[in-house]
Amino acid sequence: MPANSDNTMRSATISVLVENEAGVLARVVGLFSGRGYNIESLTVAPVEDGRNRSRINIVTSGTAMVIEQIKAQLDRLVPVHRVADLTQQGPHLAREMALIKVVGRGNDRAEALRLADAFRARVVDATVESFVFEMTGSSDKLDAFVELMRPLGLAEVSRTGVAALARGTRTI
Amino acid sequence: MSATAPTPNPSATEAPQPGAEVLLRALKDQGVEVIFGYPGGAVLPIYDAIFKQNAIRHILVRHEQAAVHAAEGYARSTGRVGVVLVTSGPGATNAVTGLVDALMDSIPVVCLTGQVPTHLIGNDAFQEADTTGITRPATKHNYLVKRPQDLARTVHEAFYVAKSGRPGPVLIDLPKDILIGPAPYAPPPEAPHRSYRPRREPDPASIARAVTMLKAAKRPVVYAGGGVINAGPEAAAALTDFVRRAGIPITNTLMGLGSFPASDPLFLGMLGMHGTVEANLAMHGCDVMLAVGARFDDRVTGRLDAFSPGSRKIHIDIDPSSINKNVPVDLAIVADAGQALAALNAAWLADEARQDRAALGAWWQKIEAWRATKCLAYGQARGEGALIKPQYAIERLRDLAAASGRECFFTTEVGQHQMWAAQFLRFDRPNHWMTSGGLGTMGYGLPAAMGVQIAHPDALVVDVAGEASILMNIQELGTLAQYRLPVKVFILNNEYMGMVRQWQELLHGGRYAESYSAALPDFVRLAESFHGAGMRVTEVDRLDDAIRAMIASDKAFILDVAVDPAENCFPMIPSGAAHDQMILGPGKQEAAPGVSDEGLALV
Ligand SMILES: Cc1ncc(C[n+]2csc(CCOP(=O)(O)OP(=O)(O)O)c2C)c(N)n1
Ligand SMILES: [Mg+2]
Repeated sequence: MPANSDNTMRSATISVLVENEAGVLARVVGLFSGRGYNIESLTVAPVEDGRNRSRINIVTSGTAMVIEQIKAQLDRLVPVHRVADLTQQGPHLAREMALIKVVGRGNDRAEALRLADAFRARVVDATVESFVFEMTGSSDKLDAFVELMRPLGLAEVSRTGVAALARGTRTI
Repeated sequence: MSATAPTPNPSATEAPQPGAEVLLRALKDQGVEVIFGYPGGAVLPIYDAIFKQNAIRHILVRHEQAAVHAAEGYARSTGRVGVVLVTSGPGATNAVTGLVDALMDSIPVVCLTGQVPTHLIGNDAFQEADTTGITRPATKHNYLVKRPQDLARTVHEAFYVAKSGRPGPVLIDLPKDILIGPAPYAPPPEAPHRSYRPRREPDPASIARAVTMLKAAKRPVVYAGGGVINAGPEAAAALTDFVRRAGIPITNTLMGLGSFPASDPLFLGMLGMHGTVEANLAMHGCDVMLAVGARFDDRVTGRLDAFSPGSRKIHIDIDPSSINKNVPVDLAIVADAGQALAALNAAWLADEARQDRAALGAWWQKIEAWRATKCLAYGQARGEGALIKPQYAIERLRDLAAASGRECFFTTEVGQHQMWAAQFLRFDRPNHWMTSGGLGTMGYGLPAAMGVQIAHPDALVVDVAGEASILMNIQELGTLAQYRLPVKVFILNNEYMGMVRQWQELLHGGRYAESYSAALPDFVRLAESFHGAGMRVTEVDRLDDAIRAMIASDKAFILDVAVDPAENCFPMIPSGAAHDQMILGPGKQEAAPGVSDEGLALV
């Protein structure tokens, strides 16, 4: 039997280079909802000056067959230039940024600041009873930091979703 | 400008014309001869431009859904792009069913919709609908033209997208101010599209592997679908060459009928839910399967984990997303079906290996034994009071239409009559059979036949219909009258939504909820009231004369054939069952296989 009859789920970080035209994001998102695929994270922004292109980074999960299907479905959208499965293609970087607001006084506050320091989160706003930390890193690292803040007065989190690139000289 | 300037590009120097004029000019560039449409406020500038010219003919339908089906019939019978023009709001929403139908069956259509002026978009203006939003999943691609300079380019691009790769419907939403205001003209571009460039040529190494697999096969089968029809008559010719050269059995999907001559003994008939025993068992028992332009749809595969369990599969398709979607395959060839089949023929001839003729002979013996079950056989009683069997009516229609010597096209509605038409009509050529396969749209057949007749004015065009389906777009009798289109409507009138009744009989304990066709109209007088002609036939012995009268009529004609209301369409693979679990029908089998709850949940 071919390898793609395997039923184990895997996570995939997929980057899509699209023509930056009206509705392109709706097409991509509609494809995922219409066909029942997961979106764990999605980011989009123009990336090539003058060429009118945007890059969409999607973190999704599914069986090998579903992930191949997702890529093929993305690739046949008319405004899509290229689709790359960074997870499959080799070592890659996937980073996101989060702003994390922690409200509290006394020991909790001091503890939050110590942990932020250990995680290399920066303080970008502070009042006598609150901090906003800015932190960049892998989604796992962000998750871990957010969990640690929970008992220390975690009030609000805002995350960007993943930006991703292949390591080394390879490009999409 | 100096006298020595190079010859000016005419388009650059011309005074800009109103957008509607530019639109028509771009349509002419694309070779458009016919538009199926219906007017309204937002598209009046286009109608004004149509009024002032003669190159493009406009066919006024009676409902926007019918405009799209007519364009589909036109497209499928000619291989060209069908064009639709409808107004904003309700005009666009009425067209949606047709668009999805074309999307599911990969039919190239360009649909122009009116839209409120750009400054009113988003204001809930009169007859405003978010047409690009609504039709995004209903089209292959769609556009909202917001700037005059994008108009001509968008039209050219829409035609390119509609017909390239796996064809499909493309919609262009046109705000009224863009149609009225000046817009620059642009000719069709020469440069390739910036992002959409589907692959057409097969990979030669994969073709060579396919030849090796097929030559070594002991029990091969070819499974060909609508993609072969879409790839043009050359593709069907290459398929026929290949299958005859290799001497291997071939089956067609509903959409693929006509891609290989049905009269050839190598043809096993249609496969799938209502396919023949020999086609389904050959698929189940083969060791190498060549799928071409087919998409392993659930009506074809039945229960997936039991589908052709022991075979190695080769899949040729122009759409990479159709490969490995439902069924994992061993060899994927992304290419145009015609090019791939031509390459396959060439590689087959160049390859020295021989086929395993002994094994092939044994395989054919098996197949002939399955064929000997005569799974489509039925009994037609004679004499007074004998009910006409629907299968018999179709066979008489087939033979008398052929005897007329005219070129014949058949469309269908959706239901049992559609399946009987697919089983019994027998197509030897592509592009002469139009049916709604993927979406299964009742109401497809009459407008589709209309589109076919527009493209082929002298041909015999018959819509094989059910008495329920035909009412879904019956208003098109008005269009037939206006343009004197002599389309024939052949109703297999079983007084039931027969396919629904069949499922209720077999799967829901014979509780016939809402499937009786009560209060039917007098179809003969209905036809007459729309300036056509009609006849009703209830006796077997009168059937031939009635069909002859229908064929001879120069008017739109409804032949209302009263058929046995209890007849079921067999063989049948109930949803969720495997290919070797067919229900063959009364007298052909002791016990019907059980249907699981899981199967019951399937459509
Ligand atoms: C627009 C639409 N609505 C509902 C259905 C579901 N459906 C499939 S076949 C059928 C009955 C068709 O009856 P008829 O046209 O009389 O054909 P028969 O099966 O009797 O030949 C129905 C309701 C459909 N396919 N399309
Ligand atoms: Mg009926």
